[in-house]
Formats: sequence, C-alpha cells, structure tokens
Amino acid sequence: MTQPLLEVTSVSKSFGGVEANRNIDLSVPEGKIIGLIGPNGSGKTTLFNSIVGYHPVDNGSIRFQQKEITQLLVPDIARLGLLRTFQQTRIYSGMTCLQNMQISAPDTTTGFKSLFAALPMDQMQKINEMLTFVGLHTKRDILAGELSFGQQKLLEFAMALIASPKLLLLDEPTAGINPTLINGLIERLKIANQQLGITLLIIEHNMRVIMNLAEHIYCLAHGQILAQGTPQQIQSNPIVIDAYLGAS
Amino acid sequence: MKTQYSLLLYLSLLLVSLAAPLLLPDYRTQLALLWVMVVFALTWDIMGGQMGYNSFGNILFFGVGMYACAVIQRDSGLSYFPALYLGIAAGGIVALLLALIIGNGLLGLRGHYFAIGTLGLGVAAGEIAGGWDYIGAGSGMTPPLFPGELSVRDTFFYYAFFVWATITFFTLRWLYQGRFGLAINAIRDNEDKAEAMGLHTTRYKIAAWSITAFFLGVTGAAMGNLIGFIDPKDVAFAGSTYGVWMILMAIAGGKGTLWGPVIGAVLFHITQELFWTLLLGWQRVALGLLIIIIVLFFPQGILGWIRERFSKRRQSEQPTLAHTTPPRSEQQEQST
Repeated sequence: MTQPLLEVTSVSKSFGGVEANRNIDLSVPEGKIIGLIGPNGSGKTTLFNSIVGYHPVDNGSIRFQQKEITQLLVPDIARLGLLRTFQQTRIYSGMTCLQNMQISAPDTTTGFKSLFAALPMDQMQKINEMLTFVGLHTKRDILAGELSFGQQKLLEFAMALIASPKLLLLDEPTAGINPTLINGLIERLKIANQQLGITLLIIEHNMRVIMNLAEHIYCLAHGQILAQGTPQQIQSNPIVIDAYLGAS
Repeated sequence: MKTQYSLLLYLSLLLVSLAAPLLLPDYRTQLALLWVMVVFALTWDIMGGQMGYNSFGNILFFGVGMYACAVIQRDSGLSYFPALYLGIAAGGIVALLLALIIGNGLLGLRGHYFAIGTLGLGVAAGEIAGGWDYIGAGSGMTPPLFPGELSVRDTFFYYAFFVWATITFFTLRWLYQGRFGLAINAIRDNEDKAEAMGLHTTRYKIAAWSITAFFLGVTGAAMGNLIGFIDPKDVAFAGSTYGVWMILMAIAGGKGTLWGPVIGAVLFHITQELFWTLLLGWQRVALGLLIIIIVLFFPQGILGWIRERFSKRRQSEQPTLAHTTPPRSEQQEQST
C-alpha cells in the first residue's frame, strides 16, 4: 500500500466558541475519487479551507505527498499541485474565457523573468481542447462575467484542470447546475480522474452524483467524521441516514 | 487588414507629434506638458485600471524623481547635459527603489484601505520635503539653467517627453500582452482566486507598483527642468493638481484599456487649457463640472462607452484579446 496523496491527521479548527472541525482524520489515495458529505454547517468547507491553507488550523497536521503543508500559505500550496474550486464560483469576470484559461495555465518559466514572460503559444492547443472538453469553446471570447452560473462553474473547473493539479478539491461542483448538465459533468469528472490522472476530493450534496462518482466517502456531522466507507456502506449506515439522508 | 490600420494610425500619430512643435511654436511648453499628462494617465492606469488598486499617492514618485535629479544636477559638478541625463536616470531608480521598499508593506492592503493608505503618501512627502534643508526646504530648489535659448529648451523638452511617452506606451503595450497583463487583470477581478490558483500575486503587485514608480520618477526628473523651479507642494508633490488629474484622465478616457488613458490625457489637457483661456477666473469651477459630468455619464470612460455602444459590431468581427489589442472602432475614433 503506497502512501496516500493527502493525509489529514486529527485536524481541529474553532471559530470563537464554534468547533467547526474536531479531530478530523482523512486520507486521499492517489488516483481515486473521494467524497465528502454532511449536512449544512457540518464543517466540510472549513476542512477544505484548512487543507488549502486559507486559515491556520488549531492543531493536527496536513501532509501532501508526504510533505508537511500545515504551515504553508495558499499560493504555495497551490503551486505544489493542490487546487480547489469554490462553492461560490470564482472566475475572473472582467476577462474573456480564453484569458481566464491562459492565466490559469501553469507557468513554464520560473523566477523573476516569468513575471514578464510572453504567453506561450504551444499552450493554446491544450487550452482549446480543455474549453471544448467543458463545452465552452464557442464562448472563448466572451467575458467570463457574462456567462451563466452553470457555465461559470464549468469554466472554473476547466481553469483548475488546465493548471494540471495532482489533487483537486471540488466544493459542490453540481450545485446550481441543471440536471441534464449534471450527467455531463459526472462524465467529465470521471474522465479528468482517469485520463488526466487528477485525484479528486469532492464535497457534494447531490447523493446520486456522489454515490455514482466516489469510491470512498467520508460523512461529516457537527465537525466530526461520523462514518466512512464505500458508497454502499454509507448508504446503508443507520447513523448516516439518521444524521443526513433521513433528514432530507 | 488590422495591422495595416494600426500601422497607419501609429504613422500618422508619429507625423503629427513630430510636426506639432514646428507648426505651433508658441505652444511648445503646453505640448510638452501634454506628453507628461499622457505618462501620468498611463502609469496611473497600471495600478488603478489594470490591477484594480486605486492609488492616490503616485505623485510621490514623480516628486521624488524630480528632487533626486535636482540634487544630482546641483552636486555632481558635471556640465548641464551629462548631469541632466545622470539625474534623470537617478530619478527613475530612486523612485523604483522607494516603491520596492514601501510596496512590501502597503500592498498588503486591499481595496479602500489601499486607497486611503496611499492618500497619505503624497501629503507626507510634501511636508517632509518642505522641512528638509538639504533639498531647500520650503523655498524649494532651482535646477540649473538650460544652456541655450528658451525656444531651443522648449523644443528639447518637447521631444524628450514625446520620446518618453512613446517608450512608456509601448512598454505597457508589451507588458499587457504578456503574462503580466493577464496576471494583474486577474488580481483586479478576484485576488483570492488568483492566490488560490497559485499566482505570485505579491510579486506582480510589487512589480506593477515599481514600474509605475520608475516611469513617474523619470518624468518628474525631466519635468523639474522644464518648469525651472521645484516647489515641494505645488510642483513636486502636487497632489491636488497632478495627483488628482492623473486619476481623472485615466478614468475619463477609459481605465483598464491601453488607449483610454492616452485619449483621456489629450482631451483633458486641451479642455483644461481652453478653460484657462476662455473662462479665466472660473476655470476651476468648469473643471469641477467636467469631472462630475464624466463620473455621472461616462463612468466607464470614453473608450468604455464606445466599447459598450459598438460591442455588437465588435463581436461579429474577428475575435481579439480585449484589453491588449484595441479593437478597430477605437482606432478609427483615434485617427479622426
């Protein structure tokens, strides 16, 4: 058994008196799709924020590729190949889709010179392929802010993919997307995982989606890991049903 | 087709610019100032327009460059031109270094906080310069006299500023076309996202700030010699005139675009001079009214307004990279 790509060990995070995360243990093996579910306010997004370095954790350790990243800042962690998308979609609204992709594509040059580097033309083909992949190629010259919400989500997804991360954290990728598009998105997530080799950790409220995608699911409630297991185990776990599925 | 239009535009602008001081010899100083205004607007737009960081303190670098040059000219013991060139280089470098030093702290601020933080810079610099004997304190400094006739001096500075504005324009054009331009636009649109995507946001911000400072420092250095007298608060750190104008010109023309600040600077300078000539005594009132009209009716600037009106036409044309290459409609507007 190889070392997991991401290993979260007894991470806790409080905001004032609210314990958002308490002693969370979670591991993401390389090449897998892992799901993270839980009722609203159970601490899923807080955990994401802790992993990508958005805020310091109170205790515990986060390791990415066996490297301690608990103390690192957001851009440093991102450059290691650990990216996330946001629940409230974040794109560069004043720039065209193409420009959004261009600035997300990895920097091929390094150091001071890279600040003023020209845009590498050989990336264009990859960018065009990626835009076609998410179905936005015809909209490449439209300002990203003028896209619909669902299209913005797809653009954000494509921006994350073009950056070729090793691990991608997706915060509710299907929220606000129409049901027919969701099926396409599931396919694309699978392709990203299998063909591009990107490991995925997905927060999702849509049970059909997450049961279909994930090989292993963690269920959070009240800031703690309530249960974990395969989709079948989670679906039949009475505690989970009581805390989450039963409530909906 | 498109490159032909651009070439024609640039060539005609070049011809007009070269011929202007010969055709209008009485206005040489004003024409020289026009190019200074263009540099003001262009450099303010790097941070204010392209990066979304509204700075009210850019005048600091202008004044610092002016003083640095004057000190070199006073103390170096060189003859006029070598001292001037050395002083201009020093003006740019000192301003750049200053930007690097204060940028590290100041650029940690965002949005309104950054704007307020920069507001103090120019004011503080004016007060410090007004109390520092080494640079003449409140009585200011007088750069050495130009060796030659007044008309030669004016022509010299006209071409000097023309060349400098051209260098500024093309440097920025080149920067905006590359990764730098996209990165600072990304910072403008969503800095958190840019960080989350692993961009070196701090580096880009400090680079943008330093580039602004360098171009303004050089401009200030030469400007002291054109005006012939450096007053700490009315010339060098003239926040209430130049400092405000640079923002106004960029916004009036269309911030976040390459040509917008240029158009804004030209129109503003001409309008302002007309107000002085035609409405003497009321020129500031007229200027104030103009500002209100611009903000109310053209919040996106002249170029932004044109873009909005012609956006349908633009979409049907060959797609271009917005921000980097000006669409055809603007170029036609420019050349008419």
